[in-house]
Amino acid sequence: MRGLLFLLVLALCTPVVWAPLAAQDTLPPAPYAYEQLEDPALEARAQALMETLRCLKCQSQSIADSDAPMAGDMRSQVRKRIAAGEEPEAIRKWLIERYGDYVSYTPRFTALTWPLFLVPMLIVALAALLLRRRFRRGGEG
Amino acid sequence: MIAEIGLAALWLAAALAALQLIAGSLSLTGKAESLTGTVRPVAIVQGALALLAFAALIALFARTDLSVKLVAMNSHSAKPLIFKIAAAWGNHEGSMLLWVTVMGLAGAFVAQFERRLPEKTMLATLAGQAFVSLGFYAFLLISSNPFERLNPPAGEGNGLNPLLQDIGLAFHPPTLYLGYVGLSVAFSFAIGALLTRQVGPAFAKAMRPWVLGAWIFLTLGITAGSYWAYYELGWGGWWFWDPVENASLMPWLAATALLHSVSVLASRDALRIWTVMLGVVAFSMSMVGTFLVRSGILTSVHAFAVDPERGSFILVLLAIYIGGALTLFGLRAATVSEGKQFALVSREGALVFNNVMLTAILGIVLFGTLYPLVTEVFDTKVSVGPPYFNPVGAVFFVPMVLILMVGPLLRWRKDSFARIAKVLILPVILMLGAVAVVLGIAEYRGIDGALPFVGIVLAAGLAIASLLPLRERNLLRTPLTTWGMVLAHLGVAVALFGMAVESAYKVEKLVAARVGETTSVGPWKVELRGIEPVPGPNWTAIEADLLASYKGGATSAVKPQSRSFWTPPQMTTESALLTRWNGQLYAVIGDEAQDGRWQLRLWWKPFVTLIWFGGIMIALGGLLSLIGRVAADIRRGVARGRIADRHESRAQ
Repeated sequence: MRGLLFLLVLALCTPVVWAPLAAQDTLPPAPYAYEQLEDPALEARAQALMETLRCLKCQSQSIADSDAPMAGDMRSQVRKRIAAGEEPEAIRKWLIERYGDYVSYTPRFTALTWPLFLVPMLIVALAALLLRRRFRRGGEG
Repeated sequence: MIAEIGLAALWLAAALAALQLIAGSLSLTGKAESLTGTVRPVAIVQGALALLAFAALIALFARTDLSVKLVAMNSHSAKPLIFKIAAAWGNHEGSMLLWVTVMGLAGAFVAQFERRLPEKTMLATLAGQAFVSLGFYAFLLISSNPFERLNPPAGEGNGLNPLLQDIGLAFHPPTLYLGYVGLSVAFSFAIGALLTRQVGPAFAKAMRPWVLGAWIFLTLGITAGSYWAYYELGWGGWWFWDPVENASLMPWLAATALLHSVSVLASRDALRIWTVMLGVVAFSMSMVGTFLVRSGILTSVHAFAVDPERGSFILVLLAIYIGGALTLFGLRAATVSEGKQFALVSREGALVFNNVMLTAILGIVLFGTLYPLVTEVFDTKVSVGPPYFNPVGAVFFVPMVLILMVGPLLRWRKDSFARIAKVLILPVILMLGAVAVVLGIAEYRGIDGALPFVGIVLAAGLAIASLLPLRERNLLRTPLTTWGMVLAHLGVAVALFGMAVESAYKVEKLVAARVGETTSVGPWKVELRGIEPVPGPNWTAIEADLLASYKGGATSAVKPQSRSFWTPPQMTTESALLTRWNGQLYAVIGDEAQDGRWQLRLWWKPFVTLIWFGGIMIALGGLLSLIGRVAADIRRGVARGRIADRHESRAQ
């Protein structure tokens, strides 16, 4: 479900899709960009993490979904680190330190993002209140 | 010449919309009775003129008239005719013109055929409709003229983004726009009813077909868009909670709530304020869906700044529409009584509960989509994605599905759970069975990993529960509207099952394969037999010749392509799908790797097709209801006509 504007931006931002044919990247992709880890359990962990990391060169794509060379490099990094036994959350933290909060689709609880966690609770309270009021009065119709 | 005719028609239509607004509002005050008779005919001519302008644009694109800027920017002479025509609305200006054309035609239709409401309410409705259209006309004529000439004419056009050269996408935006327009018409009815204090069943009955129609188109639009993203973007995902996707989901959520609420108002005369409020919300969300996406602000505050003039225009329009709608609602809501009361355990009670849940999900999606813009203002960019929306949405979605199983079995006004407990044994057993199966085969993967399994269990229960309203009924005499409800609710279960199973059990395989090599993904064995060049009308492609077999059974060919378009120069991946009843094999070819190997990306996606079958079932359920309602309205109209005739002949 993607609208037109999105596509235009996408087309402009995804290098492999956009690049004039003559100017294709000549460097070979990083080792684990298009290669899975041998151990399926480790690959599943890497995949789960990659699906929640943003491809910084694209619009609204995770690095798991992107063909951009930078996403390939990041995939390679993630797979290598998972294979070396690092925890997914540690890798996420490392990436956030390098690229900022923008790289992670899972918002952290910070001084700037607390409303993202508070508002759902408010909505729950509001919904409960609304239903309570509606039915306390209307009980016997 | 055609462009000038189009532009003239557009100006005239805008002038008539202004007249429609003025005449409609003045005749409400009772001071200008003479204008009353003009409102309906003006609405009809306005619709016809908008249609003429749009037809002119289509003609310009069909002939690839390169002296028109919009054509030169978005089309190309060497392109199949269907995509030349689709290019007419595959751009900003054209899509706005399409929007206002459909709105004009809808207004003309209402003016011609809707006779059930008091005339004053109708005039207010048509004035409201003109008010909405006028903003679009102003936007088109002032900041996005689709008929602008280019002097000297371009030698050749820029072409249409190849990703958009796909039959699914050619019809995806118009489908969504039909939905947005339908909600705007519904909103016009709400304005009319609010202004003349006629919020009651008659208003609900006039509004209902528009809400239903809008909802059907929105459902189809989202379903088609999701499938298009799935096969065309080449990464096998069907929903990513991206701002543009969210912008289309929000009107659907509001429309779903409105649809149920307006039905209660029509048949039970309850939920008056709630219905009007949802009408305002649904309209606001369709404006957000139309405009916020176009302003570019959703992508980033910086993308917005690239074209601030148009973006500011859009934000001002949004503020006028949404602000105006909310103000009117705020001023008049107190004068509307609540309507009939009912108990918590009743069909209305269940509907209200689920409407609150839908609205809450809408609130979460809206907030999560807009919040990154707030932080961007403070110079920190954050991303809010699936790991946020999935669990937070589930807080409301899970109770909603549980109530959805029970609601249709309850009686109106007042009922008890004890009465329907016996009937519910079947879905409960099925859900417990599903829990056992899921616990038996799934490994625990944290909260996020657990959600798909919750989805599977809920889908199993809902599938059975949605059929229960048909028990002990003569199926031949069951009204079409009941069939529609059952089908739509079953569709929710089917789609949910597809989403949950795909999320939990998909298998991905990346390989660099040599010709002749065989690889496996899930239950499939896939052999790369060759790589061949393939020519197309405006592209050339590299095609992988794959031979796939499911569990060692018969083989079928699968041929994914990597296409190079030359106008504009761009590469796209064309995925190849092999569909079985229980899922799809999804194949993409990538670049050539070292020593003559080719990158292949393969997925086995069990039951993924159910997502879109479910979506189609939901839309079809809506269609059955709509047919049932309209048929009943026509029958009633005919009967009323006969009674009137009889009275007349007796009087003579």
